Amino acid sequence: MIEIGNLDFHYGPSQALHDITLNIAEREVTAFIGPSGCGKSTLLRCLNRMNDLIDGARISRGAIRIRGVDIHQRDVEVMELRKRVGMVFQKSNPFPKSIYENVVYGLRLQGVRDKTRLDEAVETSLRGAALWDEVKDRLHASGLSLSGGQQQRLCIARTIAIEPEVILMDEPCSALDPIATAKVEELIHQLKLRYTIVIVTHNMQQAARCSDRTAFFYLGKLIEFAPTREIFMTPSNPQTEAYVSGRFG
Amino acid sequence: MSHANHHPFRAKPSLGRTFEAGVFWVLRSTAYIILLCGGFVFGDIVLKGSSTVFRTEFPFVNTTFLTEAPESLYVFEHDGVKREMGDREFRAFRGAEARKAEAAGKPAPEIKATSYVYSAGGIYPCIVGTVLLVVGSMSIALALGVASAIFLNEYARQGRFIRVVRLTILNLAGVPSIVFGLFGMGLFVIFLDWNVSLLAGWFTLALMVLPVVITASEESLKAVPQGFREASLALGATKWQTIRKAVLPFALPGILTSSILGIARVAGETAPIMFTAAFVVRDKLPWQDLERASDFFFQGVMALPYHIYVVSSKIPQNEYTERVQYGTAFVFLLIVAAIATTSIVLRARLRRRYRW
Repeated sequence: MIEIGNLDFHYGPSQALHDITLNIAEREVTAFIGPSGCGKSTLLRCLNRMNDLIDGARISRGAIRIRGVDIHQRDVEVMELRKRVGMVFQKSNPFPKSIYENVVYGLRLQGVRDKTRLDEAVETSLRGAALWDEVKDRLHASGLSLSGGQQQRLCIARTIAIEPEVILMDEPCSALDPIATAKVEELIHQLKLRYTIVIVTHNMQQAARCSDRTAFFYLGKLIEFAPTREIFMTPSNPQTEAYVSGRFG
Repeated sequence: MSHANHHPFRAKPSLGRTFEAGVFWVLRSTAYIILLCGGFVFGDIVLKGSSTVFRTEFPFVNTTFLTEAPESLYVFEHDGVKREMGDREFRAFRGAEARKAEAAGKPAPEIKATSYVYSAGGIYPCIVGTVLLVVGSMSIALALGVASAIFLNEYARQGRFIRVVRLTILNLAGVPSIVFGLFGMGLFVIFLDWNVSLLAGWFTLALMVLPVVITASEESLKAVPQGFREASLALGATKWQTIRKAVLPFALPGILTSSILGIARVAGETAPIMFTAAFVVRDKLPWQDLERASDFFFQGVMALPYHIYVVSSKIPQNEYTERVQYGTAFVFLLIVAAIATTSIVLRARLRRRYRW
């Protein structure tokens, strides 16, 4: 569904990604792993063009196609792209507004005013993010009154409220405790049924637990991309093997 | 361990400790001296000013002082009694005396009075003028300041040009206010032909506080976590939608804080308005006898700081003018405090609503 072809990426003069070619399949979880600074987050942020915000960041070669459309083409409306390709960030970042307002933020942007539609969206999205039962009695409490794990699931609810096709997750559990992490991982399993998910993670066990395919990056290069089981059991590249067995990284 | 005071952490007198104590006292006394100076200035104004503003009998407030225009004070002796009267009262009194004398068939008595300018009546037009100047110029300064802060912080590509713009804005804050006054007179009063008017004063004062407002607004925008912007953009918002819904509301408390400082400056500055907006004396209130609604903006007003300046340096000094000086200064402090309190309350409300 997402085809990345021969992608080179620069931050100003320094090259962050070298010749990445990768296909991401629909309704699967694809994990990007690798040591810090290997370019996995950079690649993730290319997929919904969040890198546009950074001065001097540019794609110097290659292209990213989503459903066959080059997303860096001139006539692509980046707002439309981001509605289709949602993102959950490393640090949970709910707005300091009510839980309800957080979830409907994207819909309100699209000009949805109908109260019943908004109410429905809030319930479906919060159920989808496995948060409904915990917050249904205090939808108008501040989003910041929730615990860290709940905040992150609220961010996921906010993302699925606008019904994207792809959800990008940038180390969504790095600030969470193991129990909250387990909940988010369980949620990823459910979300997979409806969305294409790309997750960047530092935690190899997490990649092993919840992804279908794993891509290992090192120094801006894609070292190996294969079904997760293969990457962890029978890696073909010695660098991959060294990383997943914990010898470096 | 039989002797509890022989533990290894026991304090020993040393040079370092003495020095430490000395530094502490120097710092402490500096703070106290500043407090003392401030207390003395405020105490003096409050003490002497309150005797003009407040009364011992009902209604406890000197309503004449707060609700009427300045008048000349006439001091004279009549039938062996020393009397003080405002202009209108004095004329009525003289007329009455003359009629009394006429009825008795005597020539009108000559009343010899000494007059003191602006020492009777009140300062109502000045209060009105200052409030109008503050509200108008702060609205202009906030609109322009927040807009340019948004541009500088959110839209502009951070490069050398923007650094120069920022530096220029900062330097603007160091320009003496009299220069702003002369600039305002040149541009607004003469070139744009607005005359000495509210509008000219508004823009001159707004330009003067603009650097403070811009710098502080930019700081408050920077304080809004980058995560809010990213989250909003990732949900398909345009840049402007992001700023309006996910940045500006959370920056407002900080922007209001800066405007509180601005209010005190705008209300207190004399130099920028003396050429652009302030009249020494004006009989009509700004909303009286307007031919067209637009005339409201093109008229001068009286203002508290300028009135203080006039009564303390432009007229002969005596015991009667002192009352007006202190009274005006006191009322001025009260008004600035009132406006500042309003914005502090507003800020507290916003903070409660948007806390992160």
